[in-house]
Amino acid sequence: MTEVKSPEVPAPPAAVPDELTPGHARWHGLRPYAPLAALVVAAILPYSTVNLPGIFEGPLNSPGTLQLLAICLVFGGLAAGYDLLFGRTGMLSFGHALYFAAGVYGTDVLVTRAGLPLWQAALLTVTGGTILAALLGAVALRTVGIAFAMVTLAFAQVGAILVARDFGGLTGGEEGLPLDVSGLPAALVGVTNTVNLYWLALAYLALVVLVVHRVSGSPTGRVLAGLRDDERRIGVLGLDPYRFKLVAFTLAGGLATAGGVVYCLIVGGASPHVTSSELTLSLLVMVVLGGPGTRWGPVLGGILYMYLDHRLTAFGTSDAVNNLPAFLSHPLSQPLFVLGTVFILAVYFFPGGLASLRTRLTPLTTALRRR
Amino acid sequence: MSTVILLTLTGLGLAALYFLVASGLSLVFGLADVLNFAHGLFLGVGAYATWWAAGNLPGAGADGLGFVVAVVFGVLAGSAVAVLVELVLIRPLYSRTIEQVLVTVGLSLAGVALLQATWGADARPFPRPGWTRDVTSVLGAQVPNAGLLLIVAAAVVLGALLAFLRFTRYGLIIRAGVENREMVTALGIDVRKAFTLVFAIGGAAAALAGALGSVYFGTVSPGQGGSLLIFAFIVVVIGGMGSVVGSAYAAVAVGLLQQFVNYYGTSGLGDLCVVGLLAVVLLLRPQGLAGKVAHA
Amino acid sequence: MTEPVLSVENLSVRIAGLHILQGVSFEVAPTGVTVLLGRNGVGKTTTLRAIVGLTPRNGEVRGTVRMGAQSLLARPTHRLVRDGLGYVPEDRCVFAALTVTENLRLAERRGTTPAYDKVYALFPELDRRGRQRAGSLSGGQQQMLAIGRVLLNDNRLLLVDEPTKGLAPKVVTEVAEVLERVAESVPVLLVEQNLAVVRRLAKDAVVLSAGRVAWTGDAQDLLLETALTKSLLGVGSEVPVSARSEPGLRAPQSRTKGGSA
Repeated sequence: MTEVKSPEVPAPPAAVPDELTPGHARWHGLRPYAPLAALVVAAILPYSTVNLPGIFEGPLNSPGTLQLLAICLVFGGLAAGYDLLFGRTGMLSFGHALYFAAGVYGTDVLVTRAGLPLWQAALLTVTGGTILAALLGAVALRTVGIAFAMVTLAFAQVGAILVARDFGGLTGGEEGLPLDVSGLPAALVGVTNTVNLYWLALAYLALVVLVVHRVSGSPTGRVLAGLRDDERRIGVLGLDPYRFKLVAFTLAGGLATAGGVVYCLIVGGASPHVTSSELTLSLLVMVVLGGPGTRWGPVLGGILYMYLDHRLTAFGTSDAVNNLPAFLSHPLSQPLFVLGTVFILAVYFFPGGLASLRTRLTPLTTALRRR
Repeated sequence: MSTVILLTLTGLGLAALYFLVASGLSLVFGLADVLNFAHGLFLGVGAYATWWAAGNLPGAGADGLGFVVAVVFGVLAGSAVAVLVELVLIRPLYSRTIEQVLVTVGLSLAGVALLQATWGADARPFPRPGWTRDVTSVLGAQVPNAGLLLIVAAAVVLGALLAFLRFTRYGLIIRAGVENREMVTALGIDVRKAFTLVFAIGGAAAALAGALGSVYFGTVSPGQGGSLLIFAFIVVVIGGMGSVVGSAYAAVAVGLLQQFVNYYGTSGLGDLCVVGLLAVVLLLRPQGLAGKVAHA
Repeated sequence: MTEPVLSVENLSVRIAGLHILQGVSFEVAPTGVTVLLGRNGVGKTTTLRAIVGLTPRNGEVRGTVRMGAQSLLARPTHRLVRDGLGYVPEDRCVFAALTVTENLRLAERRGTTPAYDKVYALFPELDRRGRQRAGSLSGGQQQMLAIGRVLLNDNRLLLVDEPTKGLAPKVVTEVAEVLERVAESVPVLLVEQNLAVVRRLAKDAVVLSAGRVAWTGDAQDLLLETALTKSLLGVGSEVPVSARSEPGLRAPQSRTKGGSA
């Protein structure tokens, strides 16, 4: 797509809210309940003992599968929160990992080193992460566009350095810091209670989706969308873009911190890789793969990305791949190679991500039906 | 006293490394508006290509002229990959800034994973001439030769870049394009050729940084470019995007600050000071030290 | 009627969802100055930029634009310019960090001899100030440089966007003189707010209003119609002092305050 001149090019999907695209009439009555139904299905999933060979290693209710699913759900929520910045406001932050890491390490340090009860640690951490986002956002938002991206990247790097250098012996440095579970509520500890962590992750995801949905439907959300499309227009209306962007940045930072708290509980500790810029880059990949600015795209993107990231490792060591010639089997055993390549292809061929697949497939299916 | 000299020279060595990476980033960004996350990949390609050439390429080796041949091969490889990336991946997305950044992000993930798949995740010993392991006594300080080599290389690259920008037609186009790309096309110039050129130059400089940086560290690993890249980004922002001279000043400031504070303060504190410097510069001069102007 | 050098048919431009131009059609005569008029924000600059292929990326252009037999819209800007479409943008857009000579050298093209004689004859100042940075020139000098840069090569048509904007009255007259001489050899499509300049230069006029063509015809006829110019152009506040002293320029003398906002 060079200069857009032909009338039949569809508008970028990001500009069309999911709920406004006309669907089939019989679906219309049911559609508002679809998210609720999905939530219920996800909530009762752990009661199933179905075995899905190839997709999961154990039955659905096995602790390993539930933990993987919980991680996927957390990242679904994380991606949805990040999309508040990228897809809905048009801010390209490369430092979102910082607030997630603040959640992970904040909880871990307060529980393990300071011995606080979990609820206090969690509350303090989320408050602290939100304040951190507000402060750093206030500085970073003095720049726009690519400079903003670089500044947020640099701030996140500070987090990575702080954690890696282990100032004051708090973070455990490169080794990471296992969570001291002795003071935690019994329901969140132990392999048999993984299901509770799964529900916690599901609750987090539901919370993020709800918040993002409410915000984007509010007057503030419309201003944010206006900032994304053309910042000058918002300025002309007499609104201060800086304040609105700071609100979005702070809110997204707070949501990411909350995600960090949940993630810390699921994996039982903190490791320095959560501070890496690669994590932010993966968030970006998740959102773009899923469909920026859509309600479900980032969620699906996040879940799918984390699933693939975990499962591709197993896929890479499977016989099917190992039997391939070396020049194929080696790259395919690297999840990041596969995901990075898929991502590049998605940027070219599916600019709207997974969420746009339906609208893109519509002409095809109608054409097929006519035959 | 000798400690100060040692710190200054090793700091300058670090600055040289930053400058080699940042100058290309800065030109690519200044001219084409592409925030190139794949720049670290060019560095990795340069390092691994040099490493490979020293062991496999006829005429190349770990010492003397053979080493020069190996480095030249590495630089050419980095440059070639950069040109390929520009032509195949960046150009079709011309003027779609965000998509271009996304593609370079994907490329940086996939590229590093590919290096890892081919040569393993662990650091490998890097072939280097014997004299680079020695030290030279400068005013009583024992300075590693590899660091001095980096400083000399960066100075030569800086001089060559400035001469290129000032005295050649393409240099003129690049300086004008950094200021107002649209107006360059409105004078009948195909500015995209200049894009390819700055990618080639930036790729070559990054590959040189990869090769000589590996000599300095003694090893080569796939993730090497990543951490360097972040500091190079900081250098670019502080120096002003599109300004080669600004990048040089900023690289020196960042390198020295980091080295001195890390030595006299706690280890890691210098890195934090660099980010602090970035914040201060942004608050005082949001356009960076030199603004968005390619000074010759 | 002779063949037009440029014909615009049904040109529509949408930027960030806003319709800036809606079905604009007009022609540019092969000689003399055709002036594009209208109040601020009606899409004059958008029209010129669409013709030369510089619509921003979030914009969408439809319609046809032809220079002679050649269709322009699908081609990249640098090709159009090399084919003889000279463009002098709004706000001059000289390269501030480059010297005057470097600004001119940038316009040189392989295979053709740049017409430095012609340019320096028109603007002796540019010759004298060759080593000065363009950013340190006065507004008038920058405008001369912006025009001179384009005149180094042969053009089939010049697009000139508000060349007198923000200039002192005396300099406005100088710029108008230069454009008059330029227009003797090459047709010009001019966007201009200063009606004194329009009166002096323009042969034909196209008036835009709210993204559509509101009036086309002889420029001097238009200027005689006080009521029409007032309603279409909201003239008054933009006419400089020097213009009002000229006898016979009736339209601008009825000053309507705030009409151009």
